[in-house]
Amino acid sequence: MSSVRVLVGTRKGAFVLSSDGKRKDWKVSGPFFAGWEIYHMKGSTVDPNRLYASQSSSWSGQVVQRSDDGGATWNPVNNNFAYAGVPGTHQWYDGTPHPWEFKRVWHFEPSLTDADTVFAGVEDAALFKSTDAGATWEELKGLREHGTGPQWQPGAGGMCLHTVILDPSNAERMYIAISAAGAFRTDDGGKSWKPINKGLKSQYIPDPNAEVGHCVHHVAMHGSRPNVLFMQKHWDVMRSDNAGDSWHEVSGNLPTDFGFVIDVHAHEPETVFVVPIKSDAEHFVPEGKLRVFRSKTGGNEWEALEKGLPQKDCYVNVLRDAMAVDRLDTCGVYFGTSGGQVYASADAGDSWTPIVRDLPGVLSVEVQTLA
Amino acid sequence: MTEGGEGVAGIRVALPYHLRTLAKIESAEVRLEVAAPVTAKRVLDVLEARYPMLAGTIREHGTGQRRAYMRIFACEEDWSHESMDAELPEAVAAGREPLLILGAIAGG
Repeated sequence: MSSVRVLVGTRKGAFVLSSDGKRKDWKVSGPFFAGWEIYHMKGSTVDPNRLYASQSSSWSGQVVQRSDDGGATWNPVNNNFAYAGVPGTHQWYDGTPHPWEFKRVWHFEPSLTDADTVFAGVEDAALFKSTDAGATWEELKGLREHGTGPQWQPGAGGMCLHTVILDPSNAERMYIAISAAGAFRTDDGGKSWKPINKGLKSQYIPDPNAEVGHCVHHVAMHGSRPNVLFMQKHWDVMRSDNAGDSWHEVSGNLPTDFGFVIDVHAHEPETVFVVPIKSDAEHFVPEGKLRVFRSKTGGNEWEALEKGLPQKDCYVNVLRDAMAVDRLDTCGVYFGTSGGQVYASADAGDSWTPIVRDLPGVLSVEVQTLA
Repeated sequence: MTEGGEGVAGIRVALPYHLRTLAKIESAEVRLEVAAPVTAKRVLDVLEARYPMLAGTIREHGTGQRRAYMRIFACEEDWSHESMDAELPEAVAAGREPLLILGAIAGG
């Protein structure tokens, strides 16, 4: 019988939540790496027992943990992310040049074809690759050395490369997103990169045709349609039908189009989920109600999903990597909140149940669908 | 090299809780044999050779500089801002006093 494993990164450790295909009764394991920030954990689809975790703290910096047994045991691997060559400068918050400095790994993206290959999106923004399961890391320097690099500027959370999407139909194509530089695409396996931000509009950028500078919060893709991308920008929910060459807004009837997460149903490529957040000044859900919004039309028309979610006095946030979908027949949807709750829906969002209510603030949620 | 063995000469190093956990060190201190002259750099070189997972957690990869929120104390004195190549007190070199590596009191 199928089962699921939900990997939860929090501000004070990691947790693994396991259930069978009914997704009703859950086993909670952890905390792993107690006391450390776990920005992200993700498993390989080639070998589901191979997991990577980004463990960090302001005191001791970055640690990379790897599990080869589905999260039961972990061992640290190499944590040396050295930028290639002389990294130069990007813009600081005040517009002055600031040297590139490694701070942490925001996102691991394991290869779709090789269990020992994994990509790491880091702050200050760069993309690294390991082909030996984390024993060594090499920067794909073509991204950082893109001519716009000196213009990149950090968002409020730092200048982080937080999204890495691999095209399952084209091993040479990858998408990444950086706050606040924007989205980029490679068509040659990471050697060269192209900004894909046409059509994005940001109040704080006077030039409507600016190639970079947009605060992209997250991007999602359905594997069966790798040319269709959905984006939650700082403000605005956007869609591209041409692999990011151009974008159009699909915020439609959302109560607010600020937010962080966005994800796509496992079996319905036009069904999209977001969690609107009140504003960039007030990072919590509007009206004290925690609601996931679902569009079955690829955007523009959104319905509020609130069954089982608190609809009164709720003021949590849901961060950019804190939503995931499983691949069971009735698609499961999961998300974690800044208040430490992890909610699950076994019916594609129609109803929700908390798996856990009192974890430390959730930074990331990923799910593995196991045979 | 041995760890925590009674009567074994060597440098005593006390690590913060999170680094002991990371390196799976169960004793309060580790003992290291470090060739003279005993400096913070030499102690950390030996420490990281024995516990590779500690590389990058006390001092930066590449530059070798102390991480901003890590502190080094010896004989009740703050050595954090001394050169990593400065010779540590004789009491530390002789193993009578530990070299203390601490996380700064900052944040939550």
